[in-house]
Amino acid sequence: MKEAILSYIKKEYLDEDEADDMALDENTPLISSGIVDSFSMVSLKRFLEKKYDVKLPDEEATPQAFDTVTSIIALVNKHLAKKGA
Amino acid sequence: MAYPAAVREAWQAELAGIREKGIYKEERFIHSPQAAHISVEFPSGAALKEVVNLCANNYLGLSSHPEVIAAAHKALDERGYGMSSVRFICGTQDVHRTLEQKLTEFLGTEDTILFPSCLDANAGVFEAVLGPEDVMISDRLVHASIVDGIRLAKAMHDTYKHCDMAHLEEKLQEHQDKRIRLVITDGVFSMDGDFAPLDQIVALAEKYNALVFLDDSHASGFIGRTGRGVHEHFGVMGKMDIITTTLGKALGGASGGCVSGRKEIVELCRQKARPYLFSNAVPPPIAASAIKVLEILSATTERRDKLEVNAKFWRQGLIDAGFVIKDGESPIVPVMLFNAKLAQDVARDLYYEGIYVVGFFFPVVAAGQARIRTQLSADHDIPMLARALEAFKKVGAKHGILGLDKKGIIAKYGQ
Repeated sequence: MKEAILSYIKKEYLDEDEADDMALDENTPLISSGIVDSFSMVSLKRFLEKKYDVKLPDEEATPQAFDTVTSIIALVNKHLAKKGA
Repeated sequence: MAYPAAVREAWQAELAGIREKGIYKEERFIHSPQAAHISVEFPSGAALKEVVNLCANNYLGLSSHPEVIAAAHKALDERGYGMSSVRFICGTQDVHRTLEQKLTEFLGTEDTILFPSCLDANAGVFEAVLGPEDVMISDRLVHASIVDGIRLAKAMHDTYKHCDMAHLEEKLQEHQDKRIRLVITDGVFSMDGDFAPLDQIVALAEKYNALVFLDDSHASGFIGRTGRGVHEHFGVMGKMDIITTTLGKALGGASGGCVSGRKEIVELCRQKARPYLFSNAVPPPIAASAIKVLEILSATTERRDKLEVNAKFWRQGLIDAGFVIKDGESPIVPVMLFNAKLAQDVARDLYYEGIYVVGFFFPVVAAGQARIRTQLSADHDIPMLARALEAFKKVGAKHGILGLDKKGIIAKYGQ
């Protein structure tokens, strides 16, 4: 999941030259650092919902929850577990 | 009136936080009309200083133009000061109708509706015409007021990388299931001064059956051969479905804005757009002066031609001096400094040299992209700009940044 999300973020939010320069990992701040602006976060949310077949409620899809790939994975896993339960 | 101490303290702490971050905005008091030369009190209480203004949106130098002022005086005498009403109750005068007709002609659209500001136009238009079955696809660097307007609408929204047509095309493909696809862009981007590639946007919109929204606030009056805007520049006049623009920049500089475009969209705004329905009519002197501005601009392109000459001279001068600037053709010329503190220090030193500019940094622009945004006016002349260039060179030399490229500046000052 980590690689898929990182790869989507690079493709969706970074320009080619930035993607080469930037060391992006699962703990890189995304929103607080300005890599992803909170307004453009919607496409990431839709990507996650489609790819992992979960619904991420708007009230939980906050800039804080989307700030690192680690926290995004936690949110997706929480809803995957709910769905499985 | 209860104003609990805890509430006061919480807000004081928030203000202190803004100051600590170095992003507290101090206003400077200008003791003269808006112009190329202004008399400024800064900091508050300091002696007045005469400076060259390089940060106004007064692109055509019409903010204090004698004919514009005379038109306002005449309307003040003949139509009064304010309407004390929204438009649909008893706030619509003949001057409002005339201005809307003149804007329609000028922008090359089907109809126009005035708003108290372009911010209000952007806040109202999306919600008035789009529903949950539609999608708004916006450039990632559109103006904050468009972001607010999009947030108020019920339609889905998506964004594409700044001016990236391949990415826009992907998004248009992805949203083919929607009733309406509305591509949303600024004409000239206010922080970078670059143009949206409107010819390509129109081609994609035609290919994927989408509408086009253009905010031309930083272009109306001076971009394009006769100053109609970025759509004229790219040869796509008549193809815009929605144009929003402001009377608060080149077109007189007071206030007011509009939605101009397809007849039905304008009519729906008149019925449903909340900032239009629940806010006062544009005051008669402003409406009358804007009519005068459009008459001036329709009679001659002299002012936009002079602005173009000034912008070319200024861009080339900065490049020759060894500054890093954003490429472009508009009169918005960002001098890139990358580091926030450096941008503030350079702006302060320039003020001491008689040049009024402001440093911009995160979150107004992307992190590590701090800059001084300079803006040209038809009120400037070449000798004035040559003197301003000397001041830039002096301050640039003081900070040791002349001739350094992006990597050099970042190596010296950090990002």
